[in-house]
Amino acid sequence: MEAYISLFVKAVFIENLALSFFLGMCTFIAVSKKISTAMGLGVAVMVVQAITVPANNLVYHTLLKEDALSWIGIKGVDLSFLALLSCIGMIAALVQILEMILDKFFPALYSALGIFLPLITVNCAILGGSLFMIERDYNFGESVTYGIGSGLGWALAITVMAGVREKLKYSDIPAGLQGLGITFITAGLMSLGFMAFSGIQL
Amino acid sequence: MSAVLNDETKKVLVEPLVNNNPITLQVLGICSALAVTSQMSTSLIMALALTLVTAFSSAAISAIRNHIPSSIRIIVQMTIIASLVIVVDQILKAFAYDVSKQLSVFVGLIITNCIVMGRAEGYAMKNPPLESFMDGIGNGLGYSLILVIVSFFRELFGSGKLLGNEVFQLTKDGGWYDPNGLMLLPPSAFFIIGLIIWAVRQWKPEQSEKVEYKIMAIAHGEGGHH
Repeated sequence: MEAYISLFVKAVFIENLALSFFLGMCTFIAVSKKISTAMGLGVAVMVVQAITVPANNLVYHTLLKEDALSWIGIKGVDLSFLALLSCIGMIAALVQILEMILDKFFPALYSALGIFLPLITVNCAILGGSLFMIERDYNFGESVTYGIGSGLGWALAITVMAGVREKLKYSDIPAGLQGLGITFITAGLMSLGFMAFSGIQL
Repeated sequence: MSAVLNDETKKVLVEPLVNNNPITLQVLGICSALAVTSQMSTSLIMALALTLVTAFSSAAISAIRNHIPSSIRIIVQMTIIASLVIVVDQILKAFAYDVSKQLSVFVGLIITNCIVMGRAEGYAMKNPPLESFMDGIGNGLGYSLILVIVSFFRELFGSGKLLGNEVFQLTKDGGWYDPNGLMLLPPSAFFIIGLIIWAVRQWKPEQSEKVEYKIMAIAHGEGGHH
């Protein structure tokens, strides 16, 4: 149990996908102008991440990994090079299914998240989470923890960023630095803040 | 040369370098870019990989653009891009294993790099293969330019080296340069890109964004009551 808690804390703070691995940066910069939209996107990313990482984990361990196909009697086959294709296919399909389920059963939530859901397919944080899961060889339990934790970390980062940017628009910034430039520097400062967690030993 | 490079080709090749740079103006592809820039060698490999993937995926998608039903075009584009990335990943694993280990998941993340998808969707779906290929190369080069500039500063000031060769002799080896550890950490990449954007917009003021709130000087006595 302790191992799971420490993995969770590590995924949220110490190895924050947005601020220490720069994943999902395009949406992180583009959709962080208002706290409410940022939170909506953050929740959507968290949900998708919590579903896709374990799902990819199952596919990888039962179909793709070296000798994984031995349960149907095929030995010595290593399909792990297909992991990239299967991960992105899995993510695209799951996002599509999630969209349909939300549309059918939770129309309010669907209209709130509406435009963000399809965007999530091409969010590098989602694919990155699955690829880290493969690289670090997580088992199923760990992958569930990592999926929820890393999604939460990303949601936290984008919400905080939106909060900073909402205040920042009233400040007097040099013309060339206006908008994108100052956003990058703000992200850098936030990332420095998150570096403080890196000293924590778990 | 001029016979091969007509005006359109030249335009799509040169425009993305400064005037329409994918990173500093279009805000695409920052995702996987920054994490690989602490050394020049990894960022050069990454830049080359992305340029090739963008060029070939744009050419391939443009070649079949009239046969893709528009409702499933994203999946088709994704499959083409993912297959190309798998090829690049396997080549790197076979011939440059160390670099491939350092880049870790970031090669795979080229799939979701917005530049590749953005060019496929925004240019290759409407233009013939050769132009799309050139457009892919041009945008790849615009991305590479930023990557190389960022990694130049990070490696030079962070470890006193360029491409692994010593430039500044470090104090611990009896030299004069005390390395700036911040440059090797993630935040420095944000700062450098922010400053590059500032520099480019100072040079080309038409890229600046509109000010949302104009700060006005408040006449004496009016301020303080809201």
